[in-house]
Parts: sequence; C-alpha cells; structure tokens
Amino acid sequence: MGGRLKIALLLTPALVVIGVLFAGGLVVAFVQSLGYVPAIGMTDLTLNAYREILSDEDFFDSLVLTLYVSGVSTGVATVLAVVAALALRRSSGRVSAVVFQLPITIPHLVAAVGIALIVGQTGLGARLAALLGLVGEPGDFPALLYDEYSVGIILTYVWKEVPFIALVVLASLRGVASELEDVARTLGAGAWQRFWYVVFPVISPSVVAASLLVFAFTFGAFEVPYLLGKSYPTILPVMAYNEYRDIDLSARPTAMAINVLIALITGAVAALYLRLARNLGRRG
Amino acid sequence: MGKKGGNLGLAFAAALVALPFVPLVLWAVAGEWRFPDLLPTAWSPRGVAHLVEPGGGVLGATLNSLLIGLATAAASVAVGLPAGMAIGGYEWRFKGLVIFFVLLPILVPPLASTMGVHVTFIRLGLADTVFGVFLVHLVPTVPYTALILAGVFSERTGELEEAARTLGASAWQAFLRVTLPGVLPGVAVAGLFAFLISWGQYVLTLLIGGGSVVTLPMLLFSAASGNDPVITSALALAFALPAVLALVLALRVLKPGERAGGFVGPGKVS
Repeated sequence: MGGRLKIALLLTPALVVIGVLFAGGLVVAFVQSLGYVPAIGMTDLTLNAYREILSDEDFFDSLVLTLYVSGVSTGVATVLAVVAALALRRSSGRVSAVVFQLPITIPHLVAAVGIALIVGQTGLGARLAALLGLVGEPGDFPALLYDEYSVGIILTYVWKEVPFIALVVLASLRGVASELEDVARTLGAGAWQRFWYVVFPVISPSVVAASLLVFAFTFGAFEVPYLLGKSYPTILPVMAYNEYRDIDLSARPTAMAINVLIALITGAVAALYLRLARNLGRRG
Repeated sequence: MGKKGGNLGLAFAAALVALPFVPLVLWAVAGEWRFPDLLPTAWSPRGVAHLVEPGGGVLGATLNSLLIGLATAAASVAVGLPAGMAIGGYEWRFKGLVIFFVLLPILVPPLASTMGVHVTFIRLGLADTVFGVFLVHLVPTVPYTALILAGVFSERTGELEEAARTLGASAWQAFLRVTLPGVLPGVAVAGLFAFLISWGQYVLTLLIGGGSVVTLPMLLFSAASGNDPVITSALALAFALPAVLALVLALRVLKPGERAGGFVGPGKVS
C-alpha cells in the first residue's frame, strides 16, 4: 500500500475538521475584519476597522489591561511553580498527584467562583479580617473583584496554572538535573550555587516554554475576565465579544479586527513556544 | 530538603489547592450565612435540591452537557485516532508543519475562528442547535486527542503487528486484534480528555448556542453573575464533579509511570 496515500488518508479527517472549523473560521474572521460582510451589505475591502481600533483609546486601555493580566498571572504562576516544584520534587504518590492534577482538571469557572467567594467583600477573607477586628463592614475590605488591578482574575489564573507549569518543571527536574546536582554537591557547591549554576540552567528552557503557553492562553481567554472583570476597560477577548454582540452590525469588522490581532499575538507566542519545544526535543 | 520539610510543603500546597472549594462546599449547604460569621449559622438542602428539581432546568442542562460531551469525545477519538497513528507511527515529509497546524487551535484562542464560522452556521441552520455546538467543540478537542494518541503510537514499535502479519493476519486484522487493544488505554485517556474539554466549554457554546443550547456552564455563569451564592456553589460543585471523578479514575487505573494523563495544556479543560 502506498505509504504516502495511507498517511494522507489517516490525516484527512482531522485536517478537514481543523481546516474547516478553525482555519476556515479564522479566514472568514480576517475577511470580515477588512469590512467584507455581504450578509449586511458591506462589500468594500478597507482597513478602516484596523485604523479605527489603533487610534482608539479604549482599544489601548484594553490591550494594556490584557497584557497586564496575562503578564502578571504568568509571572506569578511561573515563580510559584518553580518554588513548588523544587520543594515538592521528592514527594511522590497519590497526594501529590492530586495536588498537581486537580487544578488543571477543574474548569476555570469553578475556580473563579470559589476564589470570588474567598476574596469578595463578603467572602471568607473579609470574614476572617472582621474576626481579627481589621474591618467592621464588608465595604471596609478592599475590592478585589471587578477591580482596577484584576486581583480576582489573576488569583484564579495563578491557582489554575501553577500546577501546569510545576508539572513541566518536575518532569525536567527528574531528568539530568538531579544527577548534575549530586555532582555539584560532591564538588562542594552550596544550595544556592547548586540552584543558580546547575538546576536553573537545566530547567529554564522548559520553564520558559510552559510560561509562553500560559501567557498565550491567559491573553486569549474569555470567561474568567468576563465574570470577574470590571466593565471598563475589559480585556481584549471580552471587548471583541462585546463588539460582536453589538446591535449595530457595522461594529462587526471592529470585533473581527480585534480578534485577528489577538490571534496574531497568540500565534506569535505559539510559534516561539514551538521553536523552543523543538530545541528541547533535540537536546533531550 | 528533608522528608519532613517536603511533607509540610505538600500539606501547604494541598491546602492551597483545596481552598477555593471551602466556600463552595459551605455555601452549597448553607441556610443562613450572614457577614461576618465565619461559618453558616443554619444549614439547608435548598442548593442541592435545586440541582435535581424537576423542571428547575439543571437536569436538562446536565443532560445537554453530557450528550454534547459524549458525542464530542466519540467524534474526537474517531478523528484523532487515525491522525495520531500517522503522526506517531510513521515518518514523512512536512510532519512538523502538520503538527503545527494541528496544535494551532490549542494555542490560538478559538474565539476568533468561532465568530468567523458563526455566519455560515446561521446560514446552514446550525446556529442555536445542539449539533452546531457539538461541531465547534471539536475545534479544541481534536488537537488534544490527535496529539495524545500520537504520543501513544510513537511509543509502539510495530513489532507485534509485523509478527501478526507474518503469521498471516490481514492489515485490518492486525489493526483490530493487535494495534487497537494495545492503544486502548490511550484511547480512553484521549476520550476522557475530550469529554472534559467539551464539558468545560463556555464561550463556544455561548456564541454558537446563542442561549438556546443551555449547558451546565451557562447556568453556572448566570448564577455567578447574580446574587445567590447557595445556588451558584451547588452548580459549581456539580460542574466540577466529572473532573474530580476523572481524576480519581485516572489515579486508580493509570500506573504511576504512565504520563499520558500528564499531557495537558494550560487550563484547556474549561
């Protein structure tokens, strides 16, 4: 049987699904972002939507907020994950498996609701603060939901993504790092020296790769900021959604232009990730 | 670090992981819980009863979520199995490019593509239908099943199949009797993953279902935007249940060495 034909046949169903529903959808989104929406009588190709959003302050506020939320979430999650992986690398078994796998498996919405009930102004945190005499009434507790600093959103992302990065770090720690570390110990290196000169260089490529994935994900994710974010400015995917749901259908190219920019940014991060991952595969 | 320090660290990590569930569990069974009481002062079955109330909508939404999740899992495995076989089992040109293409829906948020297909779905009568929602759920699930199964196939050498062929089995028989049983655990993991991803979908269902296809996360979201933490928490726990069950199952079935379940993107299960 022809090898090439067989491969092609095996790949066809998956490529058709992704080609039509994903790539096809992206192409349509791009075409609509150029102002071509025949369904509502718009057929001229223009760059107006891009011109409009790039000169729009709302868009820049959203972009800054999105970069802030995904940047801070990724940074905090990465640091905590490395610390957790280093601290817990010797503990194995069912408990640690549950600890690392549970947040990955639990839907974002559940985590968001649980965290909202902790950090909200009548949440467990505020009640504890009241017990300690720090606040008198709910309003005294700092607003951590629908707030300027997106604390609730970031906490949800951190809770969800730390275990993911930690698992990646753990996998790379199990390999060559521990042997090299033993050698360094024998040669008289202290704990900090062992971390900085031996462990860190070994794990950093996979840490960066995992962080890129988390950044791309949090940059394009919708539901947690939709639930816990304030109404202005919103993160970019929520802004795109709001424009898309606008009763005024002429806002559609704007929505699609925002979408295209989100796809471009996350796509670039993804390409970076894949390059790194390929190099990792080659080294390993 | 010593063993004792490690255990302490693990206990601390476990507490942090469990923390968001504390208010969910307490609220789900609370009758009265005023500020600033640290614990509910009265208990009530209202939240739990809401989940199973006939005509309350939760049962119907759960059924929708289950139906769409199972269909998505079955279809993703059917589509992802041959692709995984091609990617993991054989060497060919442009493989890197195809892997990139298959990975793309995992890395680029499917919001843009879904808004793109929406118009076509409306024209074809697929918008606002369960079938349409099932179709867009395939976008995030097929890449996962294909890549999980590619990992499974790359670990197989094909020697057993060769032996079967030498002994006179046809290609189809060798696949059915040798290959398939060998990859069955991987297929189960991939199917479970696809189910959980579909079960957790919110925005794709919102866009294509247009509010007509009500799944569990739709109810959870509207409850969470409202002001009834009892109902919200009960719904959140019901929504989390399959993930917890899957984890328990995976821990019991998979041996510690098997890492197939470890292949997870950041938070894609939601």
